[in-house]
Amino acid sequence: MGHLLENLTAFARFLRSLGLAVPAGSTIEAARAAQCINIGKKDDFRLALRAMLVSRAEDLQVFDQAFQAFWKEPSGTSTKLDLRPLGSERRFGEPIVEMESLAGDTGSVVPDQGARVERVEIATYSQREVLRQKDFKSFTAEETAQAIRLLREMRWRPEPRRTKRWVAGRGTSADLRKLLAKFAWREADPTPLPMRLRKTAPRHLVLLCDISGSMERYTRMMLWFACCLAGNLRSVESFVFATRLTRITKKLRGQRGSNPLREIGRLVPDWSGGTCIGDAVRVFNTQWARRIRRNGAVVLLVSDGWDRGDPESLRREVARLQRSCHRLIWLSPLLGDPRYEPLTRGLQAALPHVDNFLPVHNLASLDRLAVHLNTLPQGA
Amino acid sequence: MSDSKPIPGSIDELESLLAREDYVSGRALSTALYLALRLGRPILLEGEAGVGKTEVAKALAGCLDRDLIRLQCYEGLDIHQAVYEWNYARQVLEIHLMRDGGNLDRTAAAKELFRREFLIERPLLRALEHDGPAPVLLIDELDRADEEFEGYLLEMLSDFQVTIPELGTVRAPRPPIILITSNRTRELHDALKRRCVYCWIDYPDFEKELRIVETKVPGAGRALSEQATAFVQELRQADLYKKAGVSETLDWVTALVALNDNRVTPERIDQTLGLLLKNQEDIHTVRGDPVRAMLDRAQNRGVRTSYAGQEPANKWATSSKT
Repeated sequence: MGHLLENLTAFARFLRSLGLAVPAGSTIEAARAAQCINIGKKDDFRLALRAMLVSRAEDLQVFDQAFQAFWKEPSGTSTKLDLRPLGSERRFGEPIVEMESLAGDTGSVVPDQGARVERVEIATYSQREVLRQKDFKSFTAEETAQAIRLLREMRWRPEPRRTKRWVAGRGTSADLRKLLAKFAWREADPTPLPMRLRKTAPRHLVLLCDISGSMERYTRMMLWFACCLAGNLRSVESFVFATRLTRITKKLRGQRGSNPLREIGRLVPDWSGGTCIGDAVRVFNTQWARRIRRNGAVVLLVSDGWDRGDPESLRREVARLQRSCHRLIWLSPLLGDPRYEPLTRGLQAALPHVDNFLPVHNLASLDRLAVHLNTLPQGA
Repeated sequence: MSDSKPIPGSIDELESLLAREDYVSGRALSTALYLALRLGRPILLEGEAGVGKTEVAKALAGCLDRDLIRLQCYEGLDIHQAVYEWNYARQVLEIHLMRDGGNLDRTAAAKELFRREFLIERPLLRALEHDGPAPVLLIDELDRADEEFEGYLLEMLSDFQVTIPELGTVRAPRPPIILITSNRTRELHDALKRRCVYCWIDYPDFEKELRIVETKVPGAGRALSEQATAFVQELRQADLYKKAGVSETLDWVTALVALNDNRVTPERIDQTLGLLLKNQEDIHTVRGDPVRAMLDRAQNRGVRTSYAGQEPANKWATSSKT
């Protein structure tokens, strides 16, 4: 038992180093579990430990590999297995694209911590206004830094959604429980009636951002936008895509406005590649839409609509996405140009299934987006 | 009082008990269940819809001879639906009776109104106060309930007690056997997971699914069961919104039996696809040629597995050589 507990503790530490969430007390529980079974049967031992130490489906595979490596017979030779990739595989994908180019000059003007950013002052109202109206694509590095500051100041408070849960308040339904409680203490009929209403909860937001080649000049600002959104609101899920969809929610969380590009760059394999919007939306629909319980979510799809995929499949996937969310808002940086018309075949096919088609080319358009989100009708 | 069976003494014993209830359990599930029973902890079963999570509870209740109490979760589920509710109508009636009798004394009335007989027990309270051997409590699809309810469950899961303000704390004389299922439409809270033994139930492989089909639909011939199972296995490889679960397989094979089929044909699949796939886009995607291709692959696979000699380690494979 003594040895077992020691080994289990070491094993738990090993699992944690691979990124698994193993709570402190569970080692002792696992030791108790091991006493219940025939520890000589290695497979039962593995399954028992797995039931006690793992609590997420995606950790199962890592656990099994770790178990193999840790509990093998002492054969005299040390393990030849290189275990380091086991952990790094989970934490971040292979760094394929070096992010320096994308972070660009901003890297020096906007350092990772806020301290130096404070010094980038925007002098006057009119300067501010000019910056607000200027298209992101023609920003200089300094203007980008200033814009990021303004972006951080923006407050995102989407209209909450109504849940099915009741709370006391001025609603339309009588609160019988409270009524009886009152009734019991008073002799007269209790008036007014205690009422209740549906509780509200923060509206979920999902951001799907196109980072393909054609979006290149907007990508940086859009990622900062995603970052600020995630910093402001708890319930934001963010994804980027060019040819494939990558979830960046966790990377944005806890960034607190430090440069998100470097981190995300490690994660994303297809920077500035071609676009296949339909495929990306399909992956979202099949793999993520149900997983992250975004019922009643507002989905922001940021893309210029240049698409190499099949227009029909794009139409189908966008239509499905719209049916499964509260509002589907397509944001295009090209809409900033008054002469622009959405003529690409993919966009033509998809637009009938989009609730709003709005510009995101400058700060003023983001302001308007914030107002739009803050005044969406409630509903389930 | 207790004609219920004791908790089995080993994993193998539990597995054979479940088999007697027509439940085909994998080793991972049996181990997790066994540990949950032995350690007196709730078990959290996760997996896609239709892999038999709810069936586990029924089979377990059956093989241990326990009552099964089920709480179906949904968004907005609160303690009044899950734990207890006061019977308002009777309380109002009682007040009127007291007033007519002319003895409406405030303190007495308050006590009178919140007696046990005015309390409506909901599943969780029923499970705690259950007479006789501890029941099996199934908290189904917890991911559908909201986080507030999950928080409320914590007290119940760790101490097996609930608190009713007007009456006090109710503690279970014998802790119920608790099974929680989740389809993972959202991640459950860590605090809740920490209290549970965890098991992920995957789609079964061919051998296991065939065993399930043969157990649950005994009317289907060997050939039909094999072909149908192989086809469903192929169908799950396709890129679909919603894959067919085991329950869909069973429905489908039952339907084929009802239609007096003894083998699977592409035409019949097209006609009955609605029993396997419940999504218009998915049906549209696979109907016609893809179905034919899948059936071809399934049949080749059937031939392969019928050469049972290849896998002598597998007990089923050798017995299937008929």
